[in-house]
Amino acid sequence: MQKKRWTFRITGLRVLMIALVIVAVLICLYRFVYGLGSMTNLSDQWPWGLWIGFDLLCGIALAGGGFSTALIVHVLHKEKFLPIARAALLTSLIGYLIALVSLFLDIGRWYNFWRPFVYWGFHSVLFEVFWCISLYTVVQILEFGDIFFERVKVNFPPYKKILQAIMPFLLILGIVLPTLHQSSLGSLYIIAVNKLNPLWWSMIIPFFFVWSAFFLGPAMATIEGTLAARTYQRKPELHVFSDLTKVTMWMLIIYLIVKIIDLNYRGVFSSAFNGSFESNMFLLEIIGFVILPIVMYAIPGIRTKQWGVFTASVLVVAGVILNRLNVVFTGMAKSLSGQYFPSLWEFLVTIGMWCALILIYCFIAENFPILNKEEHVPNRMISSGASVRA
Amino acid sequence: MGALVDVTRCIGCGSCEVACSLYNGLKPEQEQESKTAPVSENVELAVNRWTVVQSHKFEKNGEQIRRFVKRQYFHCQEPACASACFAKAMQKTPAGPVVYNENLCVGCRYCMIACPFEVLKFEWNKPFPRVLKCQMCPDRVTEGQMPACASVCPTGAITFGEREKLVEEAKKRLADKPNFYVNHIYGLNEVGGTSWLYISDVPFGELGFRTDAPEKALPEYTWEVLRWTPAIFVGWGAILTGLYIYNKRRAAAHDEEEMYAPVDPD
Repeated sequence: MQKKRWTFRITGLRVLMIALVIVAVLICLYRFVYGLGSMTNLSDQWPWGLWIGFDLLCGIALAGGGFSTALIVHVLHKEKFLPIARAALLTSLIGYLIALVSLFLDIGRWYNFWRPFVYWGFHSVLFEVFWCISLYTVVQILEFGDIFFERVKVNFPPYKKILQAIMPFLLILGIVLPTLHQSSLGSLYIIAVNKLNPLWWSMIIPFFFVWSAFFLGPAMATIEGTLAARTYQRKPELHVFSDLTKVTMWMLIIYLIVKIIDLNYRGVFSSAFNGSFESNMFLLEIIGFVILPIVMYAIPGIRTKQWGVFTASVLVVAGVILNRLNVVFTGMAKSLSGQYFPSLWEFLVTIGMWCALILIYCFIAENFPILNKEEHVPNRMISSGASVRA
Repeated sequence: MGALVDVTRCIGCGSCEVACSLYNGLKPEQEQESKTAPVSENVELAVNRWTVVQSHKFEKNGEQIRRFVKRQYFHCQEPACASACFAKAMQKTPAGPVVYNENLCVGCRYCMIACPFEVLKFEWNKPFPRVLKCQMCPDRVTEGQMPACASVCPTGAITFGEREKLVEEAKKRLADKPNFYVNHIYGLNEVGGTSWLYISDVPFGELGFRTDAPEKALPEYTWEVLRWTPAIFVGWGAILTGLYIYNKRRAAAHDEEEMYAPVDPD
């Protein structure tokens, strides 16, 4: 590959996003000086809010694309999905970095962040989450090193050689670690036995979390691939997306069946229909974002169309986000004595972080071999492209 | 060790509150730093109030009665907060008190999520906040003394001692006046048992106690799931390795460097 200069196109939207990132950084500095209470609406009743509930729990779930595509492409060797493998890895890596930043931001005594590496509180679910997320981020950085050195041709061949030798090991580790911590993010709430609504509290909540993080992967890859195609005026990998729907659809069906069995087993199935706010949110989650996508994926006329597969994937992703938010907020609200709604500052920090994610993605995709090599598609074929240019 | 609070004997004098603040050096001017949402007119626990006496009014047999409840951290037999802490900042000592070590604390607040009684308090407005709560005066307890609050109670509403003896005492009082007391020792079975026990003549739910706590110790729930971790790690890793090797042999080689390229934004 020819060596090029580093490029980063500046558009109006990108300037806005850079500004939002700067705003978020300033708010973070304020938080570090004056404490969490100075700008968040957190309280003793609601110790975890938007940053943990959305940036960490949803962020890590959305980054699930990395491990599910790694499993499908590199272990099961479904070569036809190779075109999206690198993009999925990249999104996942940036997602984890964002999640780690928000975690660091959220912990009160951050200079102590290394303590769990030394003091083995292994009876804590958080211990497993902490170890697996840290290790997996390292694994992803190493995996990315492979791509990095294709672009940056430094005179340092041993690294690439070593990396190639240990790559199978990294790949396996890069599936096992996220399996463990995606599930343990759910297990975090097992201890909230008398706090979390039984519609979501379950002894197999770890299964629901890891399973949904997995089926979210292909949906995320579809969304991200579609957006990238529009942004860079390329043809979306429609046949890849359509094939992926089979994985997602069957996993959604199994998820739904297990959910119903679990609710019945614990005798709380009827409480899904008692008309309370919790039950309505639960029904919305299941009908709108699990059953509806299953139906859409099942109909060939929808899943083979770009709009169809994209819409269904958006529903799947929104459903997983809704599920995490229901666990963190809806399901806890009734049993906790206080109230919580994120402050403007919390929202601005979250927005800033997700803008940072998009900007980093764009920079890397424009400078490193991430997306499939492909000819340009003339503008008129995707006329709506300009509207979502990032 | 533990304590038995007989709600019917408390007159709400607040001596225990004062003794606690004085012994632990809690400053009332930290008032504005607590961010506890007021639930009732009663004062709630806070970073600088490790014990409070709350009052509740009732109608009983046609007459107005008032009951006072001393509240503090419960010091569970198997504390959920300690099991939730991944830095070992929260630990149950052999003598009974659950103590907090601020030097180890990361400030993640998972202990607060885990606590079934919502009694942990966080210094929200400090740059390096601590989780604060009743420590059961561990220095006094190891010296064989009572916690500060129990030592000053003028009416004997707080009995301090070995937990087993307290349970016996509580059972005896309930048996002596079965028509007076509610037949329940709060803390005997809740979340596997707590070091602070309560008896009362008014149902505990009406006194602001959480009645939804399960009888099983909370760390047991977590452990039932967590103990599978090594097996999943090894088993899933082995399955993946097997699949990888099996599929690798059949897979055609492909040149990834030829396949991908940076996008050209122009």
